[in-house]
Amino acid sequence: MKIGVVVFPGSNCDHDAYYALKHEIGVDTTFLFHKEHDLQDVDAIVLPGGFSYGDYLRCGAIARFSPIMREVVKFAQSGGPVIGICNGFQILCEAGLLPGALLRNRDLRFISKHIHIRVVNNRTIFTGELQDGEILRIPVAHGEGNYHADADVLQQLHAEGRIVFQYCDPQGNVTEEANPNGSQFNIAGIVNAKGNVLGMMPHPERACSPLLGSTDGLGIFRSIVRSLEIVAA
Amino acid sequence: MFKAEVKVMLRSAILDVQGKTVEHSLHSLGYGGVGHVRIGKHITLEIEAENLQEAERIAREISRQVLSNPVMEDFEVTVHEAEVEEAR
Repeated sequence: MKIGVVVFPGSNCDHDAYYALKHEIGVDTTFLFHKEHDLQDVDAIVLPGGFSYGDYLRCGAIARFSPIMREVVKFAQSGGPVIGICNGFQILCEAGLLPGALLRNRDLRFISKHIHIRVVNNRTIFTGELQDGEILRIPVAHGEGNYHADADVLQQLHAEGRIVFQYCDPQGNVTEEANPNGSQFNIAGIVNAKGNVLGMMPHPERACSPLLGSTDGLGIFRSIVRSLEIVAA
Repeated sequence: MFKAEVKVMLRSAILDVQGKTVEHSLHSLGYGGVGHVRIGKHITLEIEAENLQEAERIAREISRQVLSNPVMEDFEVTVHEAEVEEAR
């Protein structure tokens, strides 16, 4: 089993994701450079956080057209697991692999702090090792994390259980006060219709070691690895 | 050679927090009669094409595919023939 972490110019959580997977989870992990066309036979792909191509034009707009992304799109369309974190979420939306878009934060500020998210659906390959209603304390660090989609798309996401994480207070209540960026429905993470592509604004890779103040991100990576083990078995 | 100008604006249904912030600042400066401030992008392109129609087609295609995101933005395109530069 091997997991690939894509490196765009301006990615800055690529090494964090690599470290979390390789050293905290213990799975074979490799970097995938944005100019390459070869996915090196990886079994899952991480689009990491950062500011790919300086966030020029729109967050994720240029990264979406990079050579490696053509392969990532094909990989995702054939059912391969892809997780986009922060800038990775923005790239997945720009690439059309996930619906909606991430707008400027409601209060215009760049937000960098620990927040709480609630696991809304644990029947995905990204949350299988977590419990429904479980509360994770994970950092966010973004200026454009305000999830927006048309009303019919939101309704569909809700009805199909594709809202996977919602911002909540420390007790797990999904409230407007606990919403850091103005996202509709407090959306912190969603999956595509097939369930093999997850986008989330919070950074699980920054919550994978007691040294970092939280290990609540581990469950997400463990879930991916577990689902790959089941497929392989 | 043709010149294209593309205007990209947040869709009217979307709250433009940047525009709102500038609007508040204008109000605090005493420009109380100013409202509906919205901020967008103005992009200029030079396009080599056989004719105006072809240049417009290319400009629209680029605007739809790359320069704007239809989930959150609308765009307007104007294309005109570039003036031929005088020989030096």
